[in-house]
Amino acid sequence: MTTTDLPPPGELPEIAVDPAAFRHLADSQVNVELDTGDMVLNIGPQHPATHGTLRIVVRLDGERVVSADPIIGYMHRGYEKLTEFRTYPQITTLINRIDWLSSFANEVPFIDAAEQLMAIEAPPRAQYLRTILTELSRIATFVLFLGEMGLQVGAITPAFYGFRDREYVLNLIEAVTGGRFHPNFNRIGGIKDDLPWGWISECRGVMNKVLASCDEFDDLVVGNPIFQKRTRSIGIIPRELGAAYGVSGSNLRASGVDWDLRRDGPKYLVYDELDWQVWTHPDGDSFARYWVRLQETRESARMVLQMLDQMPSGPLMAKVPRIIKVPEGEVFVNTENPLGEMGYYVISKGATGPFRTKIRSASFSNVSILPWLLRGVYVPDIVTILASLYFILGDIDR
Amino acid sequence: MPALREQAADALAQLQAELGDAIVEHAGAFGDVVVRVRRDAWRRSARVCKERLGCDYLSFIGGVDWMPTPAVAEEGSGDTSTPAQPKEQTYGTAGSEGRYQLLALVESTRRKSWRVILKTDLPDDDLHAESWVAVYPGADWHEREAWEMYGFVFDGHPSLRHLYLPSEFEGHPLRKDYPLLAREVKPWPGLVDVEPMPGEPGDDDTEDGGEAT
Repeated sequence: MTTTDLPPPGELPEIAVDPAAFRHLADSQVNVELDTGDMVLNIGPQHPATHGTLRIVVRLDGERVVSADPIIGYMHRGYEKLTEFRTYPQITTLINRIDWLSSFANEVPFIDAAEQLMAIEAPPRAQYLRTILTELSRIATFVLFLGEMGLQVGAITPAFYGFRDREYVLNLIEAVTGGRFHPNFNRIGGIKDDLPWGWISECRGVMNKVLASCDEFDDLVVGNPIFQKRTRSIGIIPRELGAAYGVSGSNLRASGVDWDLRRDGPKYLVYDELDWQVWTHPDGDSFARYWVRLQETRESARMVLQMLDQMPSGPLMAKVPRIIKVPEGEVFVNTENPLGEMGYYVISKGATGPFRTKIRSASFSNVSILPWLLRGVYVPDIVTILASLYFILGDIDR
Repeated sequence: MPALREQAADALAQLQAELGDAIVEHAGAFGDVVVRVRRDAWRRSARVCKERLGCDYLSFIGGVDWMPTPAVAEEGSGDTSTPAQPKEQTYGTAGSEGRYQLLALVESTRRKSWRVILKTDLPDDDLHAESWVAVYPGADWHEREAWEMYGFVFDGHPSLRHLYLPSEFEGHPLRKDYPLLAREVKPWPGLVDVEPMPGEPGDDDTEDGGEAT
């Protein structure tokens, strides 16, 4: 869309309310007590399909969902408040735990925000290492999804493949950072350490394995007729509505929106130096979300291979004062995390810690569309839709 | 203040043409444009962003409490765990009239790097603002969060109820005068879990007259 597609300036026309967009709000007050009319089914807080402690109260008419109300907050840890009581280097430890599947990727936008406020730029080699580790976390997150999604529709085998590949990638991350899940490896101004000896050839081998197992997932899951029956035209997110709900990342690209912050956002890391492409799918259903993530896993593996070839040498840290005091200012930095748009709005008043941090996490908005999305679907499809949206509870509740 | 990105300057020019004097102040924030609008134009500015500027994507709605952070640790107590914030009330980019401010960010999925940060001031005695739910349905949860964390009331929101916290919860945790209770109950652990050396005051063995070996 360009400017010319937009209506001309002048008085705004009457607001065009699409009743379909608000159909769930008419009775969003789900009766949590048992109702005599419809049946109320309480899914969670402990349920394998909810990846944590998400509770969904659904009202059923036979096998069809009349209304669904996600109840979140079981894992609310109050990170926005806690950041006001921590210094900048301490906060990276906290934000590692927001989306615990791709912890390294969480650190990047926050560190970037602090660096912008301090007018520091990390040296090129540190930028490359950050990009490599971000893409490795993306692969580790997605291969788990590729396996687990099969599990949700009854296929056991892909889950083992997914965990096997995730293990390869986690070993790589552990070899560099010392931490499998929470690396806490970013520093303001650069990165803590260099790669260990022999890591680059090891990483090349693993990336080739990942590419090979993507082909396996393609045969095993995407080509499987049962999988297709369970996911095709199930849980369709229209592109305009998805964007208005703030659905982001692969979920939005699966609805045909060609938008990836790595390419379209303000420059961060070294994505503009790489040769890669953004994948979209026009359908917007559960199948499309699986397909897009499969392609993005491949794309990430190729990006890592490229970066290993063209990695510059040089220092890992810029010149940073011993006590980190961030000048007064406000900055918003958002990045394309595995689960979607992750952003930090950091307000600094010149102290060693932020005055206020607004954390914009991907899963929160991705899940907020559930009341609309689950209306009218059948009970078994709830599970596939939840799995295909792919959220992490820590990322919803923060 | 760093200059505006080219796209942000375009967005600002369009917003100024559409909203006119509803814009109180605007400023740049590291390339992005921060626009502070009058409270009665809060929803109109959302519609202008969505329908005229093509910002079809709602990133977030949040709040800010500009009250100075109350001191947690007493001065000279050695507790350096909490950053010392300035004691006077100052306001951030594009300013503010009072303590409470509403903050939102909208983006375009069709134009590169095209995004607008919107702010509006809420007077202390009347924390009402128009709801964005009819413009961006995704505002539903964000406004519930701002309602429970700051006590902002959104007129036109279909059901303002607790999102994260239990329904009987009282208070607004993200306001600056709401204490971080974990710190009140237990001081910074790095400060207290130190056993005194033998012979130092506080060492039980020595006080009992026992052998300090």
